[in-house]
This record gives sequence, structure tokens and C-alpha cells, in this order.
Amino acid sequence: MKQLLILSGKGGTGKTTIAGAFIALSAARAFADCDVDAPNLHLVMRRTVEPKRSDYYGLPQAEIDPLRCRACALCQKQCRFGAILPGPAYRVDPFACEGCGVCELVCPAGAISLKPAVAGELTLYAGPERVFSTARLKMGSGTSGMLVTEVKKQMKAAAPDTDLAVIDGSPGIGCPVIASLAGVDMVLLVAEPSVSGISDMERIVKTARNFQTRIAVCINKYDTSPSNTEKIEAFCRREELPVVGKVPFDPAAVKAVNDGRTIVDVDCASGRAAKKVYRGTMQILFGQN
Amino acid sequence: MRGSTAVGAGNGKVAVLSGKGGTGKTLLSVNLAAVAGGALYLDCDVEEPNGHLFFRPTDVREEEISVKIPTLDASKCTGCRKCVDFCKFNALALIRNKPFLFEEVCHSCGGCALVCPEKALGEKDKVTGRVQRGVSGDVAVHTGTLNTGEASGIPIIRNLLAGAAAEEKSFTFIDCPPGSACIVMESIKDADYCLLVAEPTLFGVHNLNMVYELVRIFHKPYGAVLNKCIGGENPAEAFCLEHGIPILGRIPFDSALGSLSADAKIAAREDAGFHALFSSLLENVREEVRRETASDPQR
Repeated sequence: MKQLLILSGKGGTGKTTIAGAFIALSAARAFADCDVDAPNLHLVMRRTVEPKRSDYYGLPQAEIDPLRCRACALCQKQCRFGAILPGPAYRVDPFACEGCGVCELVCPAGAISLKPAVAGELTLYAGPERVFSTARLKMGSGTSGMLVTEVKKQMKAAAPDTDLAVIDGSPGIGCPVIASLAGVDMVLLVAEPSVSGISDMERIVKTARNFQTRIAVCINKYDTSPSNTEKIEAFCRREELPVVGKVPFDPAAVKAVNDGRTIVDVDCASGRAAKKVYRGTMQILFGQN
Repeated sequence: MRGSTAVGAGNGKVAVLSGKGGTGKTLLSVNLAAVAGGALYLDCDVEEPNGHLFFRPTDVREEEISVKIPTLDASKCTGCRKCVDFCKFNALALIRNKPFLFEEVCHSCGGCALVCPEKALGEKDKVTGRVQRGVSGDVAVHTGTLNTGEASGIPIIRNLLAGAAAEEKSFTFIDCPPGSACIVMESIKDADYCLLVAEPTLFGVHNLNMVYELVRIFHKPYGAVLNKCIGGENPAEAFCLEHGIPILGRIPFDSALGSLSADAKIAAREDAGFHALFSSLLENVREEVRRETASDPQR
């Protein structure tokens, strides 16, 4: 299975719009939304099968037995996450607890134990033709990287024989992005022609390069700032990153998405450009082997 | 209840968040800070900080942010693997009978050093990013930046918020990361008020719903600003009306505003019309913050 991951660094550059188009265009039988704290890809997918939902358990969370707690404050002193709240009996702030187990280790009264905690929900749409894996992190949970790994695992297990998987990533460069990068064959960066977008793209390129995966770039809304588009192209030449296409700003794209369709489901300028981006990407992903 | 919601004389900490990326968090927080007069702008989007590109602050002081990671005194280690077994994050593995650290998954909990019976494990600092503090006109600009390859920006955000508490400013605008995960929760922890920026798309509304849930979990007062308004049907507006979310302002979809932003120019400093737009928005925010913090100081 070749895995293609779509990333951007900056949010809102069009990752999900491009991912939706790729899924519609490709024979991809496996796809996943790894943006677990703001998933959107399911909104443009035609889902014909009933989903299977399962609880996702992140790291366990500490719990203090108020009857055994002697309020000695040792746990609070040792907790690096500020997760222990003082009181007549001490309590754990579930939003701050990272489940490291230090409090349990240091408690002289044996009052603290780690309990499994549901940290999100995994959803799998497994039809005869297509498998779509997605998840949603529970509000207030911290283990988004682990959930991303689970989303990919679920996808691979449900569609082991498919040759292409398209994965929609999350913005930023931190733990969910790093988890999504592990093991992918290629990254397509969706860049935006703004000073902010260029700065963010440079940071995501650095992050992705740690994984020695192939990287290509497409420029979305390229016509909104020709000078910044030129800067992106110059950057890509310097860094030897292939630019696989440029997609124009297109009000029809917003309309398609709001109607729950992808940009290649309707005849529009951005959809036509996305087809070219798709062909260029597939050439790189499959052509060299 | 987490964090402090106490407001000093005329001082308000306003977190700007959106769930979805690219809806205009930085546009809004930068321009509100620019028109507020003596405000503090705090860039908590440490994975991809952009506010400094607009403000181009000068007189910048820089502070390195580090976390603790374990160090091994191999001469004391007996290879008992207690540290490896203790680590819930699987950051340690026993290789050739000694613990080996995978730095990027270490959460700096300190448990391995505590559990080691031979006192073979110590701790050292590892730099994961930096905080820069400078000025741009009358705005104090604080920026956090996570080093590439690092997983967690939380220690950087904590440093930013701690530094902000020491500042006496008319307003503090906290530019939050996208999403609704731990890094966003950390960013809004000290906020008195949350401004939700929404764009009129299906994705925008879906993610607005998530941050709307988040601010209610944290008992923060909130209001919305509708960005990229094009007239006609606005699903974000419909969502706000349906859920009783106060709409504090509307920013039109405007190619001049788009071009200024693309070039990292502060619209309110470049154009009198945009200055007026963001000033009137700021007045609504000021009024809301005053009302919310006065009527229900415990929220």
C-alpha cells in the first residue's frame, strides 16, 4: 500500500478540499482523516455504509481515593503537569493529567491508581469498495498523536490489499502531524500564497524531511497573490521540491463543499486544476518505482 | 474551575480561536491589538506562529524554552529495567542492557529518575523552542515558536501566559492554534473571554461547533466574529443564531483586505476604513467583556 499524506503547516489552505478531490478521482480504496481534533473529510465523503464506532482509550488517568488520601501533597509536588488539585482530599484535574503514573508511584498511602479513560471515538466506514477511517478526539483529551496512529492502523487493517491510501492530515507541525508522517510514502503540501503561508510551509518541509519521505507541493488559490506564488515556486526550486500544480481561487469550490461535494464532482476551474495536481502526484508516487 | 478569570482595571484577556485553520484568527487578533492602544498580542500558535510577520517587532528579547529529559550515569545502571517498565509513553527501551531514550516521545514526567533504585538517572534541559518579546508601535508582541521536530508546544504556551500575567496592558489578545486539542485548552486557560472566528463554509461551521463545545466545557464567556462574509446564506451565522451565540461583528470578504493580509500587512494600520472596522469591532468586544466579567465573575 502506498500512503499519500496531505499536509500544509498553516490551517485553511485547502488540505481537505484537495484530499476530497483526490479520493473522488482515484481508485483509492482506503482513506483516512488524521485531523482528529477538527475532522472534516467525512463531510464531503459519500458514505453509503453504516459506520462502526469504537471507543478510543488514550493513556490512563490518575484517580485519588478520597478515603485514603492523607493530603500529604507529595503527589502535587511531583506532578509536572499541574494536574493535582489540593483540598481536604486531593483531586486530579482530568484535563491536565497526562497519565504518567508519577503520583501513583510516590503516594505513601496507596490512594492513587491509574484508570483507563475514553479519549475519543474511532469511526470506520468499511464498504465493499471503500474503507474510510476517521476519529474524533474527545474534547479536553491530550493524546491526539496516539489517536492518529490508531486511525491509520484501523485503515490499514480494513484494507490491506489496496495499492493507494489517501490521508488528510492536520495543520501545524506538532504531535498529531508527526504521528501522521510515520510510515507514509509521500507528502503533498498544500501551500497558500501569503507571507504566513510561506513561513508555515518552510517549517512543515523541515518537519517532514526528518521522515525521509518524498515531498511535492501544490499551490492553492495561487492567483490571489502572484508575487507570493512566485516566492513559493522559487523556494521549491531551491529546495528541489516538485510543484505538481496550481489551483485558482474559485467561488465554485466553496459552493461545492457547502453542498457536500468535492471540487471534481462539479465542472469548475479549481476542479480542473485539481485533476492536474492529482496526475502529477500519482506520477511521483507510482512512476519512480 | 481552571485558571483565573479575574480582570484588573480595564484589563481583559481575549482568546481568539476557531477550530478550523485559516479562518482569520491572526487577522482578527493582530488588527484588534493594533487599534486597542497599548495592547499585548500573544501568539500561542507556537507550531506556526505568524503574528510577528505582521507586526515585525523590534527590541526583541529572546528566551529559550526547555523541558527536562533524563540522563543516564551508565556506571551506576544495573539494567534492572524498572525505568523502562515505568514509562507510560514508551520513551525508554532497554538496549544492550541499558535504557535508551527516544527523546521525541518523552513527556518529561520525571518518573524514570524517581523509580530508579540506583540513582543512575538524572535530568538535563532540552531546548524545544523559544519565546520572543518585542514591540511594534504601541503593541507589545510576544511570540512562541516550537522547534521543528518537537511534539509539544505546551511548555512554550505556559511561558507565554506567565509572562503576560506580569504585563499591565489595556487588552491582551491571545492568538490560539487551530483545533480543539490540549494546546488550545492551554491557550484559553487564562482567558476572560473567547472570540470564535467563523467562516461561512460547511467545514468552518463544523469546527466552530467544536470550539463552541470547548469554551462551554471551560466555562468561558464567548462571542463570535463572522469572517469572509459574502452576503447571502451564511451557515456560520445560522449556527450562531440557532445556538444563541452573540455575533460581535462581521468582516466582509474583501479582496483588498485579502491582499494586505497575504502580504502580512496590518490592515488597520494601512487603511482608515479598516481601522474604523476593527475599532468598532473592538468596542463590541470591550462591551461584551465588561458585561460578562461584571455579571458573572465566577464564569
